[in-house]
Amino acid sequence: MSVMAKPLAHAHGHEEHDHEAELRKEHLLLDPKPRGEMNAMVMDMMGGTTWKFWVVAAIMGALVLWGLVYSWGMMIVNGLGLAGVNQPVYWGLFLVHTVFWIGISHAGTFVSALLRVFKAEFRRPFTRAAELMTTFSLAQAAVMIFAHMGRVWLAYWMFPLPNQRQLWPNFHSPLMWDFLAINTYLLSSTMYLFLPLIPDLAMARDRSTGWRKKLYSILALGWRGTEGEWTHLRHALNIFAFAILPIMFSVHTIVSWDFAVAMRPGWSSTIFGPYFVVGAIHSGVAAVGMVLVAVRALMKNMDYFIRPEHFDALGKLMLIISMAWAYFFFNDFMVQWYGGDKWTDELLHFHEAGKWGWIWFLMLICNIAVPWLTLWNKTVRRTPWAMFIIGLLINVGMWAERFIIIPVSLSINRMPFRWGDYEPGVEVPIFIGSLAFFILLYMLASRILPLVPVWEVQEGQMAHSIRKYGKEPVVTVSDLE
Amino acid sequence: MAKNHNIPEFKAEWKEGEQGKWGMAIDMDICTGCNACVAACAMENNVPFVGEEDAGYGRGMHWIRIERLWEGKYPEIKTEFQPVMCQQCGSAPCEPVCPVFASVHSQAEKLNVQVYNRCVGTRYCANNCPYVVRTFNWFDYDRPEPLNNQLNPDVTVRQRGVMEKCTFCIQRIHKAQDQANSEGREVFDGEVQPACAQACPADAIVFGRIDDPESRVSKLAKQGRGYKLLEDLNTLPQVTYLQGGSHVRNG
Repeated sequence: MSVMAKPLAHAHGHEEHDHEAELRKEHLLLDPKPRGEMNAMVMDMMGGTTWKFWVVAAIMGALVLWGLVYSWGMMIVNGLGLAGVNQPVYWGLFLVHTVFWIGISHAGTFVSALLRVFKAEFRRPFTRAAELMTTFSLAQAAVMIFAHMGRVWLAYWMFPLPNQRQLWPNFHSPLMWDFLAINTYLLSSTMYLFLPLIPDLAMARDRSTGWRKKLYSILALGWRGTEGEWTHLRHALNIFAFAILPIMFSVHTIVSWDFAVAMRPGWSSTIFGPYFVVGAIHSGVAAVGMVLVAVRALMKNMDYFIRPEHFDALGKLMLIISMAWAYFFFNDFMVQWYGGDKWTDELLHFHEAGKWGWIWFLMLICNIAVPWLTLWNKTVRRTPWAMFIIGLLINVGMWAERFIIIPVSLSINRMPFRWGDYEPGVEVPIFIGSLAFFILLYMLASRILPLVPVWEVQEGQMAHSIRKYGKEPVVTVSDLE
Repeated sequence: MAKNHNIPEFKAEWKEGEQGKWGMAIDMDICTGCNACVAACAMENNVPFVGEEDAGYGRGMHWIRIERLWEGKYPEIKTEFQPVMCQQCGSAPCEPVCPVFASVHSQAEKLNVQVYNRCVGTRYCANNCPYVVRTFNWFDYDRPEPLNNQLNPDVTVRQRGVMEKCTFCIQRIHKAQDQANSEGREVFDGEVQPACAQACPADAIVFGRIDDPESRVSKLAKQGRGYKLLEDLNTLPQVTYLQGGSHVRNG
């Protein structure tokens, strides 16, 4: 298969003589290192842990014990009453956080598969970091769904298990669709994480000793790097990259249907599918930006792989997605408001002017104002700490959006006598526990798995070269694959 | 391939909504809001008491509630009382959304029943109920001595994490039907009374067969004062509210 790859930069006519050096400094793919050296850098990255790493890991572990083991355990033993849910707000922060984690999980697939499909070259060094987020945050979403259930010890009843009483799950229920969609997504995204990992695991296998050697030998599945193996890998990756995109879209659309098919004012909206997908990508890409900043600052050798050009590209993506989100939000709001349904009017008024109105405005500020006012600026986009703060704010805004959609909207229903309010309870420690669990998993994975797809970077570097036309350095990209 | 007649064809059986069997007529013009129905229902159906704090937070578990509605502006004010329980919808929004078939329509009684032992507590049914009548067991509630002796042996005691709601006192319906079957007759009108109807001092709650045009409940419903709650949602409730000509309130 032969596809044109996009060149990274265009040469301009009137540059200084050190233009070539600038190009190399700017673009990872024009700044090649010998294979051996790069492999050693990545191995070094995994091996190096300081005492600070273990202190943070221990704190995260303690938070997991407190949040997920103790708090959740108390809730299982005593009942869901420890959480803040009530009548009429039957769904609270657990589902907010389910949607939140699934949203973050979209980044991995979006950044990795979509950019792979479109041959966006800047993706190469950070696809793995994004894919790891998908898998780990989906695991947190599952934790949240289980925490949400009244009798979690019977969760396996959602599986279509043959049984003597011929009890079967209800495939008319959006929750069943959701359950199947999330499972499909978790399985396929884990496979999609694993496939491009194989050559890197083999690289690690050949350069390690002890338990690492054993672990990598098993995980690398006997990869030797023959031409046939590469061909199969490329085919498989190509199939997966295309196949996982509709899965990604379907997952969050189905999550949105949990709300959209319900007979409630504010939820029963036909635009919820794409609105949720865009929202998920909005929070997810912002989260990728945050993780890249953290990884670059905290891991050895990462500043070679992750460069300002990558934050620049992510920043542009974030800005465009923020605009798309604003478009969908306006569309949803406008049509519901114009419809003039009495209950929807009450609800929209409650969103803006009710007790939680400040969260509604927080959502608009973080999701629209913050990216629009900052990300147009190239200097901001290329400053890692600024991108971290913007990513954090976007995630706060997307959290606020889900908070408005779930507990705040549930406060208002068609029986005014039964309107209610919501105060979070044990949801908060459980969320802190899941956040710590996510960070802990990511920290451990960053020391076990090569966080940079070395072979993809090397492949990209092989394809890119600088040629001279007279004094002019010109970036050329050769066909790959 | 030959058709195997032992295996029923797979077909989603969505009906337009069903003709009900048991129904209720509630006369709001004579309801005094005394809450006797609420107390009787709690006794009959082993509904737990959640305590003052939780009840104030919206976790009261009564299967029937008296809505207190104000009409007019102070001092020209009129109070109306409206008992609201599960409307046993013929086309119930709570049923399709349950992932494990815990909320199902019973073919025999044409009621919406909740299978406590099957419920896993996703609470989707409660979200999708426009009447907000489903209650959830947030905890396992204590019944200190001697209140444990008050439990009705005909009704299951529910575990924490399970959804529940009004059943139209289905245990009483079954008892009456068993009695009628053993005597080789039909259940006669007025033989079955749910606890709320039995306790109502004003006789504002009338229960019976709505598929029988001669029953008292059918006649009341046809008087011209009747309306259904949130009728525009087309949930086909089996409860008819009677009120002096005004149908506007819950439109």
